[in-house]
Amino acid sequence: MDCDVVVVGAGIVGSACARTLARAGLSVTVVDRGAAAGGTTAHGEGNLLVSDKRPGAELDIAQYSARLWRELSVELADELGPGFPSLEFEEKGGLVVATEERGAGPLLELAESQRQAGARVRVLTASEALRLEPELTPSAVAAVHYPEDGQVQPVIAAEALLASARRAGARILPHTEVTGPVLTESGELTGVQSTAGTIRAPHVVVAAGPWSARVASSLGATIPVVPRRGMVLVTTRMRHRIFRKVYDADYVGAVGSNGSELQTSSVIESTASGTVLIGSSRQMIGFDDRLRVNVLEELALKATQLFPFLRMASVMRVYGGFRPFTPDHLPLIGPDAMVPGLWHANGHEGAGIGLAPATAEILGALIRRESPAVAAAPYLPGRPALASVGGVR
Amino acid sequence: MADVLVIGAGPAGLAAAAAAREAGGEVTLLDSSDVLGGQYWRHLPDSRPAERERLLHHGWDTFTALRRRLESDPHVRIVTSAQVWAIERDTGVPAVVHVLVGPPDAGGRQRLALRPDAVVFATGAHDRTLPFPGWDLPGVFTGGAAQALAKGERIAVGRRVLVAGAGPFLLPVAASLTQTGATVVGVLEANRLSTLVKGWAPRPWQLASTHAKARELAGYVANHVRHAIPYRTGRAVVAAHGTDRVTSVTTAAVDAAWTPIAGTERTVEVDAVCVSHGFTPRLELAIAAGCALTPDRFVMTGPDQQTNVVGLYAAGEITGIGGVDLAMAEGSIAGWAAAGGPPDDKAVRDGRRRRAAYRAFAARLEAAHGIRPGWTGWLDSHTIVCRCEEVSFGRLCGAADATSTTSLRSLKLSSRAALGICQGRMCGRSVEEILAGRVAGGRLRDEVVADQRPIAVPIRLGDLAARRDPEPPTASPSQSPTPNETE
Ligand SMILES: Cc1cc2nc3c(=O)[nH]c(=O)nc-3n(C[C@H](O)[C@H](O)[C@H](O)COP(=O)(O)OP(=O)(O)OC[C@H]3O[C@@H](n4cnc5c(N)ncnc54)[C@H](O)[C@@H]3O)c2cc1C
Ligand SMILES: Cc1cc2nc3c(=O)[nH]c(=O)nc-3n(C[C@H](O)[C@H](O)[C@H](O)COP(=O)(O)OP(=O)(O)OC[C@H]3O[C@@H](n4cnc5c(N)ncnc54)[C@H](O)[C@@H]3O)c2cc1C
Repeated sequence: MDCDVVVVGAGIVGSACARTLARAGLSVTVVDRGAAAGGTTAHGEGNLLVSDKRPGAELDIAQYSARLWRELSVELADELGPGFPSLEFEEKGGLVVATEERGAGPLLELAESQRQAGARVRVLTASEALRLEPELTPSAVAAVHYPEDGQVQPVIAAEALLASARRAGARILPHTEVTGPVLTESGELTGVQSTAGTIRAPHVVVAAGPWSARVASSLGATIPVVPRRGMVLVTTRMRHRIFRKVYDADYVGAVGSNGSELQTSSVIESTASGTVLIGSSRQMIGFDDRLRVNVLEELALKATQLFPFLRMASVMRVYGGFRPFTPDHLPLIGPDAMVPGLWHANGHEGAGIGLAPATAEILGALIRRESPAVAAAPYLPGRPALASVGGVR
Repeated sequence: MADVLVIGAGPAGLAAAAAAREAGGEVTLLDSSDVLGGQYWRHLPDSRPAERERLLHHGWDTFTALRRRLESDPHVRIVTSAQVWAIERDTGVPAVVHVLVGPPDAGGRQRLALRPDAVVFATGAHDRTLPFPGWDLPGVFTGGAAQALAKGERIAVGRRVLVAGAGPFLLPVAASLTQTGATVVGVLEANRLSTLVKGWAPRPWQLASTHAKARELAGYVANHVRHAIPYRTGRAVVAAHGTDRVTSVTTAAVDAAWTPIAGTERTVEVDAVCVSHGFTPRLELAIAAGCALTPDRFVMTGPDQQTNVVGLYAAGEITGIGGVDLAMAEGSIAGWAAAGGPPDDKAVRDGRRRRAAYRAFAARLEAAHGIRPGWTGWLDSHTIVCRCEEVSFGRLCGAADATSTTSLRSLKLSSRAALGICQGRMCGRSVEEILAGRVAGGRLRDEVVADQRPIAVPIRLGDLAARRDPEPPTASPSQSPTPNETE
């Protein structure tokens, strides 16, 4: 055997898994067809949110992962030292704002259910909201403050996890594509074929983000992970006038929906460098990465409705990526339902940065036949909710 | 009649517009500047006519004749102060071109969305300055900026000026400076004489066909001699000094790879320095439109200047650096073909012949004057590489080493280099070369990242929000005689 585990994909999820597994004493090889941290992880934002998660399996893993990020940000900084760029971990809090009466009800309902499930939630009056965010539109009808919402810089976070994995003995092979399985004589999976040759290992982890279904299928498995396009606008630098992450309550609806048509809802925040990030759209258009101006227009409109002063701000850059979407909005973590030796750590849609540490811990525990800190059942690739959509054979 | 949209009104774009008309097309010509002429024929606005334009510009008569012809043609629509900010591809037309009309940075600019039958990209190149310690001091200019001030504003950048970098265009920069009254204390060419000779010497007979070019250069050389300006090869500016403004520079001899040679430093007192090491083509629009690039990263074109995308053409500096005559030859071929002119017509034969001659000249230019990798040797850890985000060489290398990254995208995001307002136009390729020098094989796999800018110029959120397309951009191609616009 060349190693114990091959991780396919060096995005934030593969990096987190590699670190956890290597620190548990397994010998790990990470392969990525591109550079490390160059996929979806480099094309999205780094929000670590509890605010958009519904109570139950979604919120449980988000809260667990938020706790892990808090610890990780300190551990990684200690381990990698001051020469390593900062992860920019910050729990700056989030403010969800309904600008129309019909959005207020669902927002307050969700907030109440989250509060009962143990999330820190504060329902604000319009004037309290304006005190937190003075530039906010005065026409807000309801607002909820989530002090636990935080962020990291996703690329630096992924590079840090990889650097830490490397220190724990993991081997990283960038620019190496996985092309198929290595099978035993009896047909069992025992490694991968790659553009750098054969890599043998008893465990293969698919952490290939939105490309996971392709990789899984090249290894003989079927999973219902499809790309969901998202675009983000970046403004030029300005004086800080937005202090938290501010979302319009449509966000709650868009995240929870399965619609393939264009949806946008604002997620607006200032960054340390003074730019303002405006995310993001959701569109099911396969891997079509063409710029569409109507998507940008939609985002701009929503952002200026939430913060009227932004009308005069200039967009200098736009970028976008493909969220790895699953039909029930939960990631796939654990053994493949059909192919022994094949593991999944994918399908995180718009929450992969937030959920990466929890994913790594759960997967690590399952591979080592231990029981994870959070029950794994809702995330298992063989869960009944997915069988009904016909994704799993 | 084909609607031809020409983006850029420099020598290539002007020639393209004229040729498209000759072939019977309807032409729209856009430029972000408020006057026509591009980098080469940069001049005072017409409200401030100057006697001396003809003296300052080679081929001024060619330019004014072209301009007159286009301006008086009812089938040519000229839109100046028109910035193309985005391009959509694969929509049923070759490209949907989104334009903002009005002063740059202003709010409330008019928005146009054009759906022409063919597009000629003629967006040119800007000159590229490699970072060196002190290059961010006031008084340090790019050759292009100094020349623009001289030609367009009649302002000399200083009294005692050193011109340095690489390429034959250092000479015209020096000439423009002397014409505005500055004393040029010297011109430094980083490439050594042996490199210059090697680049220029093979097949000298080819130069004969470009004798206009040779004559133009000879003119600059004469200017040089007249003003007794020393011309040195194998030397570079390796640092600029001063507190509020540059007061002196350090120059040093460099080897064939441009690595500075210790012990050869000299200090020169100046109040301004103009430094340009080469050119960076403005590729973002062509990339956004889906055009493929050549291995040396210019827009790839076929015999009629068409790119790999049917209906999209490219001409001038975005296809290779070769000077104004090559730009015009390519422009005339592109414009003709874009408007559907027959390929074997004698109207384009002359253009093809000139193109062949000047391309040979361009190849020599690159061989003689191209940037060599040793330049990073004059950086120190405090040298700012990305000026927008103030990222130093030290911080850049620190991030690259800490992450062991092989990706330009990752390095940009972990160091913030090239993420500022200029979107890496100034530093992108330098950041790339610094990183490439540190990875095995010396080549990055995601280098195109440095030239990608889906939004070519900033747009106010208010302007972006103001127009909402009632129909998706996959709407059918326009039937109207002029490019269809919506507001
Ligand atoms: C616009 C946008 C905004 C977002 N905002 C947030 C946010 O605020 N918070 C949040 O938590 N999440 C957010 N996300 C989601 C988040 O970015 C993703 O969930 C996360 O990056 C997924 O990480 P990953 O490691 O699974 O995938 P990736 O980062 O895509 O990594 C997968 C890797 O697999 C490699 N690969 C693919 N095929 C092969 C092969 N055959 N062989 C070898 N390697 C292969 C790829 O090269 C890639 O590097 C956002 C996403 C988008 C698009
Ligand atoms: C300092 C300097 C000195 C030179 N000296 C000489 C010389 O002596 N002899 C010689 O032969 N050549 C010289 N050149 C080169 C010469 O200027 C070029 O060869 C020539 O200008 C190229 O023509 P072009 O039409 O390709 O591009 P340009 O002249 O650069 O024109 C491109 C035009 O496109 C417009 N544009 C770009 N992007 C957009 C956008 N998004 N929207 C709208 N418009 C846009 C620009 O405003 C510009 O007007 C010199 C260049 C420089 C920088």
